[in-house]
Amino acid sequence: MTAVPDIEFRGVTKRYGAVTAVTAIDLAIPPSAFVALLGPSGCGKTTCLRMIGGFEQSSEGQVFIRGQDMAGTPPYRRPVNMVFQQYALFPHLDVEANVSYGLRQARPRLSSQEIGRRAGEALEMVRLAGYGGRKIHELSGGQQQRVALARALVNKPAVLLLDEPLAALDKKLRTDMQIELQNLQREIGITFVLVTHDQEEALSMSDLVCVMNGGRIVQLGQPSEIYDEPADLFVADFVGKTNLLSGKVAGHTGDLVNVALADGTVIAARKRIALQQGEAVSVSLRPESLSLGATEGSPFKGIVRNRIFLGSTAEYAIEIQGIGTLLAKADHVIGHGNLFKPGEPVAIGFASGTPLAFPEIKNNGTNQRVAKNVEIIS
Amino acid sequence: MRAFVTAVFAFLYLPIALVVLFSFNAGRHASEFTGFSVQWYGTALSNPFLVEALKNSLFIATTSALLAAVCGTAAALGLARVGLRTRAVFDALMGAAIVVPGVVIGISTLVALVQLFGVLNPFLASVWPDGQPPRLSLGYGSIIAAHGLFSMALVTMIVGTRLASLDRNLVEASSDLYATPLTTFRSIVLPQIMPAVVAGFLLAFTFSFDDFIVAFFVAGAQTTLPIYVFASIRRGVTPEINAIATIVLVASVLLVVLAQWQLRQRKPAN
Repeated sequence: MTAVPDIEFRGVTKRYGAVTAVTAIDLAIPPSAFVALLGPSGCGKTTCLRMIGGFEQSSEGQVFIRGQDMAGTPPYRRPVNMVFQQYALFPHLDVEANVSYGLRQARPRLSSQEIGRRAGEALEMVRLAGYGGRKIHELSGGQQQRVALARALVNKPAVLLLDEPLAALDKKLRTDMQIELQNLQREIGITFVLVTHDQEEALSMSDLVCVMNGGRIVQLGQPSEIYDEPADLFVADFVGKTNLLSGKVAGHTGDLVNVALADGTVIAARKRIALQQGEAVSVSLRPESLSLGATEGSPFKGIVRNRIFLGSTAEYAIEIQGIGTLLAKADHVIGHGNLFKPGEPVAIGFASGTPLAFPEIKNNGTNQRVAKNVEIIS
Repeated sequence: MRAFVTAVFAFLYLPIALVVLFSFNAGRHASEFTGFSVQWYGTALSNPFLVEALKNSLFIATTSALLAAVCGTAAALGLARVGLRTRAVFDALMGAAIVVPGVVIGISTLVALVQLFGVLNPFLASVWPDGQPPRLSLGYGSIIAAHGLFSMALVTMIVGTRLASLDRNLVEASSDLYATPLTTFRSIVLPQIMPAVVAGFLLAFTFSFDDFIVAFFVAGAQTTLPIYVFASIRRGVTPEINAIATIVLVASVLLVVLAQWQLRQRKPAN
């Protein structure tokens, strides 16, 4: 990429006393991208965002904004603006004064007409025209969210930082705001950096997802890449739903690895890194990659335990002797009546894609964190 | 139990009620109520010594409360940034300043000031270029200093509490929106803590205006209203004293209520 990245981390490490929050991060965010920093709480994603904003200084390494080293530059001299998690609107100022706050700091001073016009435009952009005189506490959560957006965007920053911006909204509003944010980003064309622990949010909104765990970047890629080709067991488990089956490497067939599961079934799986004969592995099977009711070449037979009907799809928890419970997802065709009932025996095959095998998580420092996080998520 | 509580409150408030009642006594004795009159208020306010003492008290209370409000707020802002351990030490010291009896504060301030003047006055005399060097002595300055010091602890605590409930994100948001630390303080922090600063000022004013003990030790030749009242009582309790007491009482209660109201105003969001 020849263009100067909007944001660049070079070997950035952040320590708080004895605790290392972020370790040796290298990351370049291209211009006009919508990037999500995704990870469980404590993974270092917020620390990264705060280092871009200037609220934290890196212990090692450099943070660049549009090619400029930001070391020692305070937040008020950085060309970025942030939407805070709880919005942090100024309660003693009205909507208009909140939105124009940044413009009023400009030196040389802007004329009051100019400030008023731009604040009005910003409010219009977030569909709050005419709300300028309202008090902050008179607004709903969704409206406050939009004021926070207008207050940041009115300054035309190089990069907009969003710290879990949708966490405080209810589900319906969250979906609306996801679309609105996406549209805004395309309209304005500046880089958005979003921090979230919600994998759905990250996948649905951004062009680029940066999955973090234990203070490191685990994977950087487009949402579909992250979902289809997870870099390791943590990503496979954290992003989307998956079934993880333990087994041992029984052999190799070409690029594929044959994994013997607990009950002796051998399945072929793809791999990300070389696996040794006899090595303990986990095989990831996405629920939608399983097909139910197939009779030919079905590796598993089980009994439906639960059915979760979701309208367009149905999810089944299927118990398989010697292996455990698998989650499977099947499309629902209207009027077809193709639903399995709890208690019904069913054969399970692979509908699409090949399972992925990962080395089993080892019991050392960082990986223990992974294991712990996996527990929290599941 | 109920009777006991009633008795306690009667014991507390009945004398005050009597003072107020007898300030409206037409007769000149505090022991018998002979009719309603406001004449003693007139007498009190036309007494030049009393008016002088009242002026002194108002000046001292205003100055020391201003001093306490400014320095106390500055101290609270500083303390909000120090480590937990240092913070605990200072909190304990301020708590101590508030619970130490007035007599102790009065006498220790007196001793300290006299010692200080004993060193400073000869020093000033030796370095003064020509003419009469100023002589530091007890008076307005020492009362204001003593009251200001005590009230500062009060203001620091009140403002500190308010600061602790201030959303740190607001400060960061202001900084994110290009405001320098000074602008952030002026346009975000100060408006948020202002009710506490005003409440602190009002309480400091009340304390200084009512204080007898500390003022008595360090007043030197000056007379404040409480000192005047104390001195007059030696000549017997007259309805005039009752009238002054009632004025002070009403003013103090008003100020304290105003301070409480200020503290309840505009609680920070969340």
